[in-house]
Amino acid sequence: MTVPATTSTSPVPVRSLQTRRRYGDRTFRLAMLGAAGVVVLVLLAMVVFLVAESWPALAHYGPLSFLGSDRWAPSDATAASTRPNPYGIVQFIYGTVLTSVIGLLIAVPMSVGIALFITGIAPAWLRRPLSYLVDLLASIPSVVFGFWGIFALIPALQPVVSFLIATLGKVPVIGGVFAGPFFGLSYFTAGIVLAIMVLPIVTALCREIFATTPADEREAALALGMTRWEMLRTAVLPRSRAGIMGAAILGLGRAFGETIAVTMVIGNNVLSITKSIFSTGATMASVIANEFTEAVEPFHLDSLFVVAMWLLFISLIVNIVGKLWVRRIRGDLVW
Amino acid sequence: MRTRFAAVVAGALGVAVATAACGSTGGSSSGTSANTTASKVNFGAQNARLCGSAVNTTPHYTNTIGTISGGAKTLSGAGSTFAAPMYDQWASSYNKASGVAVAYASIGSGGGIAAFQANTVAFGDGDTGMTPAEISQAKGGAVLQIPLLLGAVVPTYNLPGIPAGLKFTGNVLGEIYAHKITNWDDPALKKLNPGVKLPNMPIAVVHRSDGSGTTNIWTNYLTQTSPTWVSTLGGPSKSEGLTVAWPTGIGGKGNEGVSAAIAETKGALGYVEADYAISEHLTYGQVQNKAGNWIEPCIATVVPAVDGVKFPPSLNTFLTNGSNPDVYPIVGTTYALVYEHQTSKATAAALVNFFAWVLTAGQDENAKLYYAPLGASLQKLAYAQLKKITVNGRPVA
Amino acid sequence: MTVFLAALVAVAVAVLAWVLTYVAAQGLKYLGPAFFTHTPPGNPASYGGGYANGIVGSLIIVGLATLISVPFGVAAAVAIVEYGGRFTAAVSFITDVLVGVPTIVTGAFIYVIWVTHFGFSGLAGSFALALVMLPLVIRATAEMLRLVPVHLREASAALGVSRARTIVSVVLPSARAGITTGVFLAVARAMGETAPLLLTALGNQEFMQLHPTQRMSTLSLQIFTDAITGFQAAQARAWAGALTLIIIVLLFAIGARVIGRRTSVTRS
Repeated sequence: MTVPATTSTSPVPVRSLQTRRRYGDRTFRLAMLGAAGVVVLVLLAMVVFLVAESWPALAHYGPLSFLGSDRWAPSDATAASTRPNPYGIVQFIYGTVLTSVIGLLIAVPMSVGIALFITGIAPAWLRRPLSYLVDLLASIPSVVFGFWGIFALIPALQPVVSFLIATLGKVPVIGGVFAGPFFGLSYFTAGIVLAIMVLPIVTALCREIFATTPADEREAALALGMTRWEMLRTAVLPRSRAGIMGAAILGLGRAFGETIAVTMVIGNNVLSITKSIFSTGATMASVIANEFTEAVEPFHLDSLFVVAMWLLFISLIVNIVGKLWVRRIRGDLVW
Repeated sequence: MRTRFAAVVAGALGVAVATAACGSTGGSSSGTSANTTASKVNFGAQNARLCGSAVNTTPHYTNTIGTISGGAKTLSGAGSTFAAPMYDQWASSYNKASGVAVAYASIGSGGGIAAFQANTVAFGDGDTGMTPAEISQAKGGAVLQIPLLLGAVVPTYNLPGIPAGLKFTGNVLGEIYAHKITNWDDPALKKLNPGVKLPNMPIAVVHRSDGSGTTNIWTNYLTQTSPTWVSTLGGPSKSEGLTVAWPTGIGGKGNEGVSAAIAETKGALGYVEADYAISEHLTYGQVQNKAGNWIEPCIATVVPAVDGVKFPPSLNTFLTNGSNPDVYPIVGTTYALVYEHQTSKATAAALVNFFAWVLTAGQDENAKLYYAPLGASLQKLAYAQLKKITVNGRPVA
Repeated sequence: MTVFLAALVAVAVAVLAWVLTYVAAQGLKYLGPAFFTHTPPGNPASYGGGYANGIVGSLIIVGLATLISVPFGVAAAVAIVEYGGRFTAAVSFITDVLVGVPTIVTGAFIYVIWVTHFGFSGLAGSFALALVMLPLVIRATAEMLRLVPVHLREASAALGVSRARTIVSVVLPSARAGITTGVFLAVARAMGETAPLLLTALGNQEFMQLHPTQRMSTLSLQIFTDAITGFQAAQARAWAGALTLIIIVLLFAIGARVIGRRTSVTRS
């Protein structure tokens, strides 16, 4: 803090120093808040632009007509006709939800088990390496998962799926869901890939949740003579149920938005919902990735923006719900 | 307790590593190799004679325009995957000849048309050009459509033990794609291929997931030859186009994705441009043409597709189902899409220079990738289009 | 039961090992010095060449994205932590929500506001990746800033240092290691992104391009383009590219951890 030279011999008045400091502080504060404002602006702009781009299609066909049909046939679209809406998006919502649910059904129990092992059973020296290894799965880029999925996973899945088709496919009521033929690219394959991609996130969250179990409760259980597993089952799991739910919801949000890996293994069948989980399909993200750069039919690009809008909307809802849920348990969770 | 625990962990990790090792070596022999007997071509003597006959694949067209100065050093284009391998080859050779880097993105004819309409690229490419409706949506005004090559769309399949040369008719292909014929040992296929032991395997139909000129050519052919296809799709206006409402099948992105899906899926049947099938050692079949002959797709059977075709002023027309007795019925060209009235002299000069090269020296390279060069009359028509390009009202060439 | 849980861990580790060893096995078949110095050949079906243009493109595009996102991100985090309030609490919430936006939607957004006016370019790709990195940088920085002990700020104020100066000269430097960790992790994430680049950079498969205003390729785009083809030669290049990408991403992730461990602020 330099003291400027003045013509008089008296010291610099304190007020001018304070003023300078105050203006400096104020500008700085405004700059910081401005940057924060940019963040808000970005999200608002995203929502506004997506709605604006999808508006022509929404106005032409009516907003609800998109949710009323599962038939996506851009070749049917003409500039004039408004009914039926050739851009029904229900099958994309179905594909997104189905693949994510398959992924979560596999990933969440595994994550809970792994997190229990890491926090409750593994010796201290093993905890960090194991967590690190599981987290490493999250670093692998999506395109690599898709590539590996095509050439390594699908051949490995063939015998498993053939077995499932031969057994579950014959069961009377639900047989249609597990019917063949299986050509490798399918909802099921995409679900497995999603499970692998979501596993590290859900595991990390569960680890944090289990770590909050008070040590004295665990020790009390052990003192009563329980085995490690019984201790986990009675002292850790019951109080963590809500947290696990929150972790699952956040994992769901991640699965919804996954684009490239899913596009590479799902088979891109956009016409309508296909019943079997072993048949080809599409998700909201995959149809956007596939058709965006080449949507020339009337209202095709606008309808893809409708899909993008719905994808953003659903992802945001799930993420917000998940965050609020977890925050309720962990307080202010910033991880 | 500790030793037991340590043993459990060690055993688990050991199993983990062992499984991974098995996975990495076992998985690498997945279905990428389509057919070990692919080399045994089985198209018959007639086709061997046709395809073995001499065709002039290096016409050495002369470039009368010469190099226009002031052209940009880079050029951005996007579109057809049908022509993409050729664009890549042309771009590489042209770069060596002139130092200009032409960046071509293989995103499908639909993508090329969309990017061109939005003026986000300097040129687009669509195998079936642009319809008047699409041209009216183009931001830059009048559009020139310039044919650059001739290629074949071939029915390609992945059947272990079955060699190349399976016979297909347009109607049977239409019924397969309409999901009416669903198994390889269907009587219709057996009738066409009496000597072949077709397996009892479901047909994995492969089509395009993106807007595609290859699809347009293929479905145009199916519409002409398969009433079942037309009625299943709901009429001739719906049964052909850059995209159609595919009743069944796996969607591949680009010719690349379709050929990959065929290679990886046993029992697959798909349509791809010939270079993809040949370069990837996939087995493809022969198709019965309008004259009733079974024709193998090759350069000699692609070239006659322009015989008797009257090209309109826009040069945009289909080349399928030709009447020449020796022609392969599913042939197409690809149209470079360029705005007639350019706004930047550098871009205009670069465009004219590049396409003048493609239409002359570039044509001599087509056969390297199993495309046919343009015939003399079509080349002259295409070349004339270049002279129409203007900047601020003054012609560039 | 413990055995069962251990088995689950083993399965997860096995899958990780499977993916890594498979990619390594396929990629090493083709990886060599030529891969890093050459661009792909003219005929996609011929062997040879490499992804030099994609690697350079990734570095440039991600580098630009970092230059854009880090200043905004750090500043926004400073606003959230140092100037708390209702507005900044909302910003913090919105940041967490932005993390969950699918990257394809981010790409579509940049397409609409930039590409339709200026064409496809590496710069558009940088904007899209900056939007992907921004919330990650904000989160990591905010967490680090919160860990700086209050008494450091109070001591600085007691010395008469202005608020702005305190933040710049005292708080930020002590959180520097942690912020770098966060940036490294965001960079690792951005290097692996493909979806937003499909709609913004579009790729430049054959040629090296150093100018961001032109179309550029990235490693992820080249891998994607070549992986979905049927040309064995292109697939071979894609495997080598995938191995390269994994190594680069792992280097950044490991680097982040190494820096994080040497942080000057103690973590509980």
